[in-house]
Amino acid sequence: MKQTMKTKAFIEKFMEILFAVCSFSAVAAVGLIIVYMLGIGSPAIAQIGLFDFLFGTTWAPASSTNPQFGILPMILSSIYGTCGAILIGVPIGLLTAIFLANVASERVSSIMRPVIELLAGIPSVIYGLIGMVVIVPTVAKIFSEQTQFNGGATMLSAILVLSVMVLPTIISVSETALRAVPQDYEQASLALGATKAQTIFKVLVPAARSGITAGVVLGIGRAIGEAMAILLVSGNVVNMPGLFTSVRFLTTGIVSEMGYAEGLHRQALFAIGLVLFIFILGINVALYFFVKKGVGKNNGN
Amino acid sequence: MSTKISTKNLNLWYGENHALKNINLDIEAGSITAFIGPSGCGKSTYLKTINRMNDLVKGVRIQGEVLLDGENIYAPSVDVTLLRKKVGMVFQRPNPFPMSIYDNIAYGPRIHGIKNKAQLDEIVEKSLKGAALWDDVKDRLKSSGLGLSGGQQQRLCIARAMAVEPEVILMDEPTSALDPISTMRIEELMADLKKHYTVVIVTHNMQQAARISDTTAFFLVGEMVECDKTDVIFSMPKDKRTEDYITGRFG
Repeated sequence: MKQTMKTKAFIEKFMEILFAVCSFSAVAAVGLIIVYMLGIGSPAIAQIGLFDFLFGTTWAPASSTNPQFGILPMILSSIYGTCGAILIGVPIGLLTAIFLANVASERVSSIMRPVIELLAGIPSVIYGLIGMVVIVPTVAKIFSEQTQFNGGATMLSAILVLSVMVLPTIISVSETALRAVPQDYEQASLALGATKAQTIFKVLVPAARSGITAGVVLGIGRAIGEAMAILLVSGNVVNMPGLFTSVRFLTTGIVSEMGYAEGLHRQALFAIGLVLFIFILGINVALYFFVKKGVGKNNGN
Repeated sequence: MSTKISTKNLNLWYGENHALKNINLDIEAGSITAFIGPSGCGKSTYLKTINRMNDLVKGVRIQGEVLLDGENIYAPSVDVTLLRKKVGMVFQRPNPFPMSIYDNIAYGPRIHGIKNKAQLDEIVEKSLKGAALWDDVKDRLKSSGLGLSGGQQQRLCIARAMAVEPEVILMDEPTSALDPISTMRIEELMADLKKHYTVVIVTHNMQQAARISDTTAFFLVGEMVECDKTDVIFSMPKDKRTEDYITGRFG
């Protein structure tokens, strides 16, 4: 069947609109989320007071006489846990990425890479379950004195679980960045009499810096947004963070109380969501900044 | 003149491919030696045996000896990093590191243990002057080496190689990615370089070999066909294949 020019033009136009509508819906979702989070999160903050909400140290939302809504312990726990996970995850992840990109034979890395990618695909609740039956008892055993009241369900356990969860992101993004470094640099460095290790740490890693930073920032995003795995291993008690105390994060604060909260309590949980959302936005802005800077640098050629 | 590099019965295989066939060649100290020949003739491969960059290629197998000042560089006791400090290399495409001009030059001395700032400053200035780049960049040593023009980048790479005080500088078609004016400046520079270094250059460009080199070796399908004074090679080659090549009958 012959298509007339008119139907062809119509199909072209139709497809164009379809593409536009699809992409618009994704953008609209982001817009809607921002608007809604502000809308449902801000009334509680207005009622509690921004300062008392962010810097209050007591979380007693269900008290009938004197309800208090201070989320500072949760904010600090989230930051503490994320920093801890990054502190452990970055060195391991970066060295793994270097191994895969520059050291291992193609055969070895082609086996390891899918395994590491699988790590990213495991549902977070599984991490939580494994953490519960492996990490929590191990922490309790090794630090029996410090954990006698919480049985190992501590910040340390949460950090250990999170540090494994951030690995795949850091590894795959860093490896891609390292592989993108031109081979010329490696050759030039070796030809000057540098060893392989000197070449890696003084030329290749600095050259891949912006990509590696992007991987770390994505890892931070993953760690701070994680809820399910932490809920199962951190003890879920609102405390100021400490390595051997049970803690509650911003994320777990929401999921553990949303089921029964009402009134201002419920609104305050939305406000926690808003705080978390602002953290994530900040991380993405940082990411955008790093990636853009990296691109600018590579185009300086 | 004394012999700097002496190659004896050198054979090299990439897997099954016999890429260098029984090479015997002496290179004189303080001279420029050019390798010419069609693509794939083994001239670059041979060049890279002199600083053992071929070691990095997977499946490579090397037999024979390459003597630098009488010492076999393929002896098991040789420290390859020290060899490469002595035998510097400039590549076909300019490949400065993505760092400042200063750090590019200081990279080599630093990895070989020089930390003193004043000493590094001195090396950077001396190397850049040696590569005729100092006047172009002295006011922007802290800006990126990638911001320079192609010709300047290549001179930066030459300066970088000079900064570790090598005895030999290998150049693998150093001007093939450059415009004619940059090429001319690099050629002028090479005439200076031979006062301090033994220079070995691979070139596709026969006029270039004729212009700058003292000795020329002609390679063909893995063999070194003929090596002689440059003017002899270009005026009265002994081998018919050399004559055919330089008169443009193939290649």
